[in-house]
Amino acid sequence: MRTLTKLTWVEIKLFIREPMVVVFTLALPIIFLFVMGGVFGNTPNPEVYRGVGAMNYYMPSYYGLVMMAIGTVALPLHLAGYRERGILRRLRASSFSIWTVLGSQLLVSAIIAILGSLLVTVLGLATYSPDLPENIPQLIGAFFLGVACFTSFGFFLGAVLPSTRAAQGIGLILFFVMMILGGAGPPPEVMSNVMGFIGDITPLRYVILTLQNAWLPGPDFDWYTSASLITVGITVVSALLAAKFFRWE
Amino acid sequence: MTSIISVQNLRKTYGKTVAVADISFEVAQGEIFGFLGPNGAGKTTTVECLQALRDPDSGKISVIGLDPLRQAQELRRRIGSQLQESALPDRIKVWEALDLFASVTDKISDWHPLLEQWGLAEKRKSSFAALSGGQKQRLFIALSLVNNPEVVFLDEMTTGLDPAARRVAWDLIRAVRDSGTTVVLVTHFMDEAENLCDRVAIVDKGKIVASDSPQGLIASYATGVRVLFSTDKPDLAFLEKVSGVKNVTRRGDRVEVEGSGPLLALVAAALVEHGIVPPDLRVEQPSLEDVFLKVTGRAVVD
Repeated sequence: MRTLTKLTWVEIKLFIREPMVVVFTLALPIIFLFVMGGVFGNTPNPEVYRGVGAMNYYMPSYYGLVMMAIGTVALPLHLAGYRERGILRRLRASSFSIWTVLGSQLLVSAIIAILGSLLVTVLGLATYSPDLPENIPQLIGAFFLGVACFTSFGFFLGAVLPSTRAAQGIGLILFFVMMILGGAGPPPEVMSNVMGFIGDITPLRYVILTLQNAWLPGPDFDWYTSASLITVGITVVSALLAAKFFRWE
Repeated sequence: MTSIISVQNLRKTYGKTVAVADISFEVAQGEIFGFLGPNGAGKTTTVECLQALRDPDSGKISVIGLDPLRQAQELRRRIGSQLQESALPDRIKVWEALDLFASVTDKISDWHPLLEQWGLAEKRKSSFAALSGGQKQRLFIALSLVNNPEVVFLDEMTTGLDPAARRVAWDLIRAVRDSGTTVVLVTHFMDEAENLCDRVAIVDKGKIVASDSPQGLIASYATGVRVLFSTDKPDLAFLEKVSGVKNVTRRGDRVEVEGSGPLLALVAAALVEHGIVPPDLRVEQPSLEDVFLKVTGRAVVD
């Protein structure tokens, strides 16, 4: 337990010291928040954004964006780099278990996701006056489900991608595809069928739908059972694959 | 002797390459035991099996009474490891690494003295990436000791250290041994094995070809002594009759007398008797290097 606490604290400091992951996880969602808020404001239009104001749509989406950046950019890069450079080997030789190593990453992911989402919340509320979340307990549930999903997905990528270069390349492609088509970019209603289909097969789509339905008011936005079940499914499958393919060296 | 490590018929292959053919040995509690051999001899594979970092194909291993196959985690917690190939995150600071690795043990472990001993005090707030090769190496040795291990494995620990730092490292490792920790050392440096180890196993092609104290090895395998001096006197035939002398060779003024026993004293006496008083008279004792040449048939190649 003491080892897990120590490793988690060190890993949080290492996360903050790594400019690339800070840009993707903490800075980019805020930049998008200001750009999209500046362009679209928060006036509802029945044609797009599920019929709600753009900012009401994007606030929970950017929570998902933070989590997704952790799962596609931060974790795969971190784990593949640790393995490639012999850091995992060093940790293992000193009796750090797989549960300590991955457990610390899960905790760091949750803490960074909370930090990033708080930033989005404070800056969003201060500038474009979106509505406050409708159902806080549901939102907290959806939040941790999303964190679990993308941490698990990141473990999977970190386990199967053989090198830092591969993690960087594949991770960035997944990041941009998911961001643009998965629900944190242009409204899904304006996309072509192919774009919509690709968006529908990204984990981000279901994480965002679950978050949005917890946030948005009204009978149209109850807890999104099917989206949340798909999210659980992605979490479980990713975790199993990660466990199967994880290598110390 | 109480064995803290016992290995019987260890074997490890990678595909068709036999890394360790058949190795058996015992290490006594509180000694510095060295594996000496050329690269690729199987030294590292052997100690990695002992540290539960590799699974052997066959053989029995017991380290501090634990089986590396079944009790890997407890074993790793109680031993120290300095690995040949490993790294730390670039941006971790020296003190953070020591503090982190100290947390694996329940024993009281204060890492601050290690900072001083291994010359890292001024670098405590530097990040790993900013350290020189020698500083990184010293940090890895310090990390291997930070959990107060019962046995510490050091794989090529002085690689990257300058000559002065090597001597300091040897003294510190002797102090570690004197405090009760058993040390298992892997090296391809003859002087390191000879100076530091209580016992040495010479490994070649996956097997131990000789094993004893450095002095014992020299006594059994390399008995010859060489006496060297310079003189311009042409007639040295009298030296052939000196007791113990086997061979006298001459290149210009340089003379080399090979033999055994108290050769220096006898040769010196004979020279003085014949009015030759060379200012550079000296003796070369056989070293582990001569043993190594004899048992493996070749010199260590880096």
